[in-house]
Amino acid sequence: MHNFTPFASFFGGVLIGLSASAMLLLDGKIAGISGILAGVLKPVKGDWVWRACFLAGLFAGGLLLGKLLPGAFDFGLIRPLPLLAIAGLAVGFGTRLGSGCTSGHGVCGVSRLSPRSLVATATFIFTGALTVYLLNHLAGGSL
Amino acid sequence: MKSLVTSFISGVVFALGLGISGMTRPVKVIGFLDFFGAWDASLAFVIVGAIAVYFVAYRFSRTMPSPLLAPDFSLPKRSDIDAKLVLGAAVFGVGWGLSGFCPGPALTSLASGAPAVAIFVAAMALGMYIYSWVSEIRAATRTFAAAPSESMQDA
Repeated sequence: MHNFTPFASFFGGVLIGLSASAMLLLDGKIAGISGILAGVLKPVKGDWVWRACFLAGLFAGGLLLGKLLPGAFDFGLIRPLPLLAIAGLAVGFGTRLGSGCTSGHGVCGVSRLSPRSLVATATFIFTGALTVYLLNHLAGGSL
Repeated sequence: MKSLVTSFISGVVFALGLGISGMTRPVKVIGFLDFFGAWDASLAFVIVGAIAVYFVAYRFSRTMPSPLLAPDFSLPKRSDIDAKLVLGAAVFGVGWGLSGFCPGPALTSLASGAPAVAIFVAAMALGMYIYSWVSEIRAATRTFAAAPSESMQDA
């Protein structure tokens, strides 16, 4: 196991938890990124400005990371562009069909012990691991 | 107005958390998903850290009549496990494993200016639009088909 970063990862996780907690306790909202994005792409009157503000914050946070912690964008592994495009389609379509992603289901839903989120999280970790296994071990990790 | 500022700040903190934790690096994400190879357990600590905080916040929120800056909580109420949920999560997982990006880290990484991330995000947005187009078409055909026969309820 190389590049093991338990402390940084735990601390980052705590920040994610604090952010999601603030959204819940202050605004009563679930910090599910795919849902927030979907609500900006297909805006509903009266329910999109806070979403745009959150996404603007994400982007601003990204700019800050670029200045303070450029290693955060040391991607290390970028798949070929056609594969990335297919992956993006799957992530966009799948998160809408399944009503959430790593944040909404994986963090917020699992913490709430929501049965739907527990099932969804187990499912996407399983298919994610299966995909990585097939790519690495059968395609020889050549991609 | 206040809640828009808190949404923005929450977004900033969320992005910093993603960056510090390693979630914005596909090599870490794919390493975490590589259970049968050189498994990198780091991201399990992200989940533990985030859930530890949110679990407490959620319990606390149950004691509040309303959120501090909004009239009420808007939380998902469904608890049924349906095929859409499982299939959607499965498709999402495939995309996550292929790329090492999920929505939050991808949007945060847009700020890096990397064209590969922009392509991923554009495809992700398109995937979301395709979902809503498909749902609209299905809803339209269902209304049409349901007219002559009541038995054409949800497949």
